[in-house]
Amino acid sequence: MAPAESILEVRDLVKHFPLTQGIVFKRQIGAIKAVDGVSFDLRRGETLGVVGESGCGKSTLAKVMMALERPTSGSVKVNGRDITKAKGAELKHMRRNIQMVMQDPYTSLNPRMTVGDIVGEPFEIHSEVLPKGGRRKRVQELLDVVGLNPDHINRYPHQFSGGQRQRIGIARGLALQPEVIICDEPVSALDVSIQAQVMNLLDRLQKEFNLAYIFIAHDLSVVRHISDRVAVMYLGKIVELGGDSQIYDRPSHPYTQALLSAVPVPNPEGREARERIILQGDPPSPANPPSGCRFRTRCWKAQDICAKEEPLLQIRPGTDHLSACHFAEALDVVHVQS
Amino acid sequence: MVEVLSGPTGRGSYSGALLEVENLQVEFHTRQGVAKAVNGVTYSVNPGETLAVLGESGSGKSVTAQTIMGILDMPPGRVAGGAIRFRGVDILKLPEEQRRRIRGEGISMVFQDALSALNPVFPVGWQIAEMFRIHRGSSRSDAKKKAVELMDRVRIPGARDRVNDFPHQFSGGMRQRIMIAMAIALDPEILIADEPTTALDVTVQAQIMGLLADLQRDSNMGLILITHDLGVVADVADKIAVMYGGRIVETAPVHDLYRNPAHPYTKGLLESIPRVDLKGQELYAIKGMPPNLLEMPSGCAFHPRCPYRREDCATAVPPLYPISGTRGSACHYWREVVDGSR
Amino acid sequence: MSDPSVTQDLIHGGEGPAASVVSSSNRPRSLWQDTWDILRHRKIFWISFIMLILFLLMAAFPSLFTHKNPDYATLAKSMDPPSGEAWFGYDLQGRDVFARTIYGARTSIIVGVLATLVTVILGGVAGVLAAYYARWVDSILSRIGEIFLGVPYVLGAIIILGTVAPAQSSPDRVTIMAVVIIVLAVLGWPILMRIARSSVIQAKHQDYVQAARALGAGPFRIIFKHLLPNSLAPILVYSTITIGSYIGAEATLSLLGIGLREPVISWGIAIADHTSYIRTGAHAMLFPAAFLSLCVLTFVMLGEAVRDALDPKLR
Repeated sequence: MAPAESILEVRDLVKHFPLTQGIVFKRQIGAIKAVDGVSFDLRRGETLGVVGESGCGKSTLAKVMMALERPTSGSVKVNGRDITKAKGAELKHMRRNIQMVMQDPYTSLNPRMTVGDIVGEPFEIHSEVLPKGGRRKRVQELLDVVGLNPDHINRYPHQFSGGQRQRIGIARGLALQPEVIICDEPVSALDVSIQAQVMNLLDRLQKEFNLAYIFIAHDLSVVRHISDRVAVMYLGKIVELGGDSQIYDRPSHPYTQALLSAVPVPNPEGREARERIILQGDPPSPANPPSGCRFRTRCWKAQDICAKEEPLLQIRPGTDHLSACHFAEALDVVHVQS
Repeated sequence: MVEVLSGPTGRGSYSGALLEVENLQVEFHTRQGVAKAVNGVTYSVNPGETLAVLGESGSGKSVTAQTIMGILDMPPGRVAGGAIRFRGVDILKLPEEQRRRIRGEGISMVFQDALSALNPVFPVGWQIAEMFRIHRGSSRSDAKKKAVELMDRVRIPGARDRVNDFPHQFSGGMRQRIMIAMAIALDPEILIADEPTTALDVTVQAQIMGLLADLQRDSNMGLILITHDLGVVADVADKIAVMYGGRIVETAPVHDLYRNPAHPYTKGLLESIPRVDLKGQELYAIKGMPPNLLEMPSGCAFHPRCPYRREDCATAVPPLYPISGTRGSACHYWREVVDGSR
Repeated sequence: MSDPSVTQDLIHGGEGPAASVVSSSNRPRSLWQDTWDILRHRKIFWISFIMLILFLLMAAFPSLFTHKNPDYATLAKSMDPPSGEAWFGYDLQGRDVFARTIYGARTSIIVGVLATLVTVILGGVAGVLAAYYARWVDSILSRIGEIFLGVPYVLGAIIILGTVAPAQSSPDRVTIMAVVIIVLAVLGWPILMRIARSSVIQAKHQDYVQAARALGAGPFRIIFKHLLPNSLAPILVYSTITIGSYIGAEATLSLLGIGLREPVISWGIAIADHTSYIRTGAHAMLFPAAFLSLCVLTFVMLGEAVRDALDPKLR
């Protein structure tokens, strides 16, 4: 596969939230290392899945990429320009190219605005995109594109079901015709029977508008379905990055292996014989991560070197994709789907 | 010798199903009208058995469980009919005092959100010990000793040192273990777990489900697992009741259900799971959305979304047709669903 | 598919009974238009609205309600009980209580409403700024607010009024009213600031605010389109209660001799003047007090009706 042009380049991204004490005179007593050195590329029209458990920093990553939070260091380049350093009019203009779809369809829409106002807001903010007269028609077109009735433009969000609200959020994200959409757990709050509808919609829109997605989720089977490549995060770092079958069929990092084997398979056949890697304990706090490899405290392969030396994200002998483990080796654990 | 049902004289003397829910009907009275949240639900659980109740939000799966536990808010809720028999006795007819005794000792429950189910201002050990003080009248030190034992049993590391810690000092997975410890404290015969792992990460979910399975095996409890996760169900269930719009639409042993679903809704759910061999293709999606309890579709509640529907589906409510001794489907055309013709 | 329109409707509609309340016509609608549509159908709104009109008429045109001169005193009739000639009886100075109560509405309502307005503007702006900009802006504004909050209400009023308008002085109507209004607002804004601040902070953390920021919305749009409409309810409710309590506070200051005073006529002054005679002639105090309560009730009911109408979830 010829490497397509990168539309988003993330380099050494770090976001630490300071922990402070005191009311008037604040002093820093530590930092939550939410994102701690993350690098990857996103190509035009591609989907990069980001998986990881709560607290791994995947949502913070999304906020930094959206320039909702300033990173501690590192860069996020959209079409070659660093969005983390952009300000004012330049930043506003760059936002037209990178938009997001949020997790919770119940809090992501202003309850006091009509659907027409919500989906039309991008045009009011970026008034140069579309003259005022054409906005209403465009909003109705957008509603139609995401599978909603354009006549419901005057309704309020609470008059819609969760799946429909998520469609409204998607229409808002599409309005400015961005090239990149960051989807932060877009289906996890929806009923099972509705998830597939929204997944199909995202899929269709990607083909129709040649969108690039960052697809953040904790549901591994959903991520596999939609992603071309997958990044696995643990405590603020990417521990493994590769094509979807590389990650799912030949995972080489112990954490990825444990994660994949922990996912319940929706098929009872042979369940008694299934072998599981069950991790002990919970992930450590990102305020005080372990030295060396962050996964070593829960890893069955850990040796002395793991505490001393941080494993780099690189391709090691015997594996075919990036992995941050000193002892990386491909292992076909039980598939997410058999 | 003729077997005589001796009534509720105690453990081991009753030979029917341990817990039977029969034709249960629960309504909610709201400003907009009456919502039939549970509309004729029937299922049973035996010792050592795991029944998974599968359904989406609003299907009535949690309301049924809350009614069994007797913790439903009334009003606005109201039991409109049916029976819940525990060891053959209809607990809906028992006075509150006797029901309270069944709660905890006979049937107990684990909730989804452990943080809000635990009292933030008391140490966890104290909260577990309270079960023994209230129900068994144990002394303070005795109860505390038992609390430590229980925390050990649910595999909380360093239980003795953590018994005086407060809920917020535990992680989500550990809090769920504490909830489980409280639920099994009095050795219940039935444990209802309402979405016990939905709020947890996958690796922690695996730990909790493993723990529940071990505890069940050790004490031969009947387990009612309420969930929407087809993966979790496939892993642990013996039999499954699929709920939709307040009714059970399909019951089946776990293998039969996954191999050959007999209701279009079940079939649709299974087909909409992303599969590796179908990557890049459109997912199968059930059309439309779950029904509004206040405006239930006529006839079969699923008919507006159903690819198998015919004219009579909109008029005649399908009963739970028996397919075999252990299976049932509430679809007029279950034969076509099983045959796979569409 | 036997009936495509059914499927169509299920994909697009069927959101439940609430959907039908808002008309499905295709013209653009605004928040205030919809709020008015809701208000029109509420009984409590119309009751409080009619009462408000009555009180406002009383304040604007007292002569519509009584022909008597509120200042005309007949000492011989001092504290005479209610009769056909004087419905509410006579006060200590032998003046008609009914006339004085009607004429008192103007001052009391003006003081209550204006003081509340100033309080809402001061406290609201401070609260929104503190919540939106957080960090040092919040620290400074909150500390200033706490300083004002730390001053006991009455003590603060005595100090300020005692300096500006000492008890023995006789300032003209407008001056004393303005001073009282400012004193009430200056001492009262921190509470409103706290309410505004906390409800804006709550709204600020909602995802839709993040979404608006991600779209490139500026502070002005975020504050006026997203934060304020979603944090107005508690401010509105507190304000209506404040109108009532300010009318009461005005009475307290009159009692101490440093607030409104003769020749101004107000419910507060009437209550203050007759507290010592409650056992011999309760009517002189009771009637103005009843009007005060009714007026407070009117504002509270109106506030509640508007709050409900502003919340689309209750529609």
